[in-house]
Amino acid sequence: MTRRPLDRALGATSIVLLALTVWLGLWVTPPDVRQHELVRLLYLHPALAWVALYLAFGVAALSSALYLWPRTRSQRWDLLAASTVEVGVVFLTLTLATGMLWGRPVWNTWWTWDARLTSTALLEILFIGYLAMRRVPADPHVRARRCAVLALLAGLDVPIVHYSVQWWNGLHQGQTIPDVNIHGSMLWTLLLSFVAMTLVFVWMVRRRYELAVAESALADAALEGAVLERLAEGVR
Amino acid sequence: MWRDAMLVAGKDLRIELRTRVLLWQVVPFGVLTLVLFALALGPSAAALQRGAPGLLWLALLFASVLATTRSASIESPEGTRTSIRLLGLDAGGVFLGKAAALALQLVAIAAVLELGMLVLFHVNAARLGVATPLELCALAALAAVGTLYGAVVAGTDVAGTLLPLLVLPALAPVLIAGEKGTAAVLSGGGPGRWAIVLIVMAIAYLAVGTLLYGALEETS
Repeated sequence: MTRRPLDRALGATSIVLLALTVWLGLWVTPPDVRQHELVRLLYLHPALAWVALYLAFGVAALSSALYLWPRTRSQRWDLLAASTVEVGVVFLTLTLATGMLWGRPVWNTWWTWDARLTSTALLEILFIGYLAMRRVPADPHVRARRCAVLALLAGLDVPIVHYSVQWWNGLHQGQTIPDVNIHGSMLWTLLLSFVAMTLVFVWMVRRRYELAVAESALADAALEGAVLERLAEGVR
Repeated sequence: MWRDAMLVAGKDLRIELRTRVLLWQVVPFGVLTLVLFALALGPSAAALQRGAPGLLWLALLFASVLATTRSASIESPEGTRTSIRLLGLDAGGVFLGKAAALALQLVAIAAVLELGMLVLFHVNAARLGVATPLELCALAALAAVGTLYGAVVAGTDVAGTLLPLLVLPALAPVLIAGEKGTAAVLSGGGPGRWAIVLIVMAIAYLAVGTLLYGALEETS
């Protein structure tokens, strides 16, 4: 159950905007001249990609850098990075899944070795590696430093994903948003999907971060309890 | 920093010369990989030649994971990392030294694997020689990435299983650029922009490693 009013408001707004995007995307906007009904999937896919690639992994890289910087070092940055990566991996999986659903009828294949697709899949594996590293038992500070370095290294792949469509001229189209030749309602629905997905992401990260802080406090309490128990044994 | 790098590289190479892990384990594994690839492709000389650049880089990648594990495990005995930290060596220098030692070992592995390519895959020896500068750039990138990720997993109980998961996707761009460049050279052209990609990657990873290695050294 969400306790804080801000979280409740954020969650409710996210759901309303998401529902509005679905309604506009499925029933209000017209079919595309070339892609026909398939264009409706694009009200999800670019927004999911924006959240995963730039927002989630951008925040993860920034938090990790702030953790590694001695003046700003705090375990909260590490927990924030972990929370954003976890949610980001979910969004990236959805990005790949919606892309594949769209690619099957348009490109006539679920998967092609296009540079954008390949680099995105590699990015997902890199961040799965990050999550695997987080589950390796270690001192929290040791784990935080290792994971911060991993997040920064994995983040190096984000510019490659971004520029891959320009560098390799594959099947994947270029930037979506600067394209001004989009019908009014389609453009507004697309922009709304970006706002809705961003809010969903922020809400999920806030919830995951709160959980991470609670987990960390629980681990500290358990450690303290074990130490006190051992000390009491010594006294007896 | 450079003096420290030389010291660390010398130390790692001396340990390698004494233990011969590279000679008896990593190089035979690389050759075995080539043989298995050849078995999978079948005896057709045309198929072997067509697949040769990719298989060379795959074999190098797999062998580099073993070499990286070995390089990281040199400091695994209890207290070794603490002892190195107490020496007051520059962290960037330690990274560059370990990367240089690993790069030299990878050059040795690559030389043996290229010999295997000549014998097993019937590639043109002269053209393979032309690809050497490209391969050196790629090996520098492999060594930098390997050293950095080796330090990330150092001291964990799951280094053997976790390192391939972390390092192989990071090395995929080296695999792509190395394969494309080598294939272009073997077919009579030049490496083109793939050489630039590899140079940029090598410089970027060496710079990032020099900056971040200190943070990892504090962890172990």
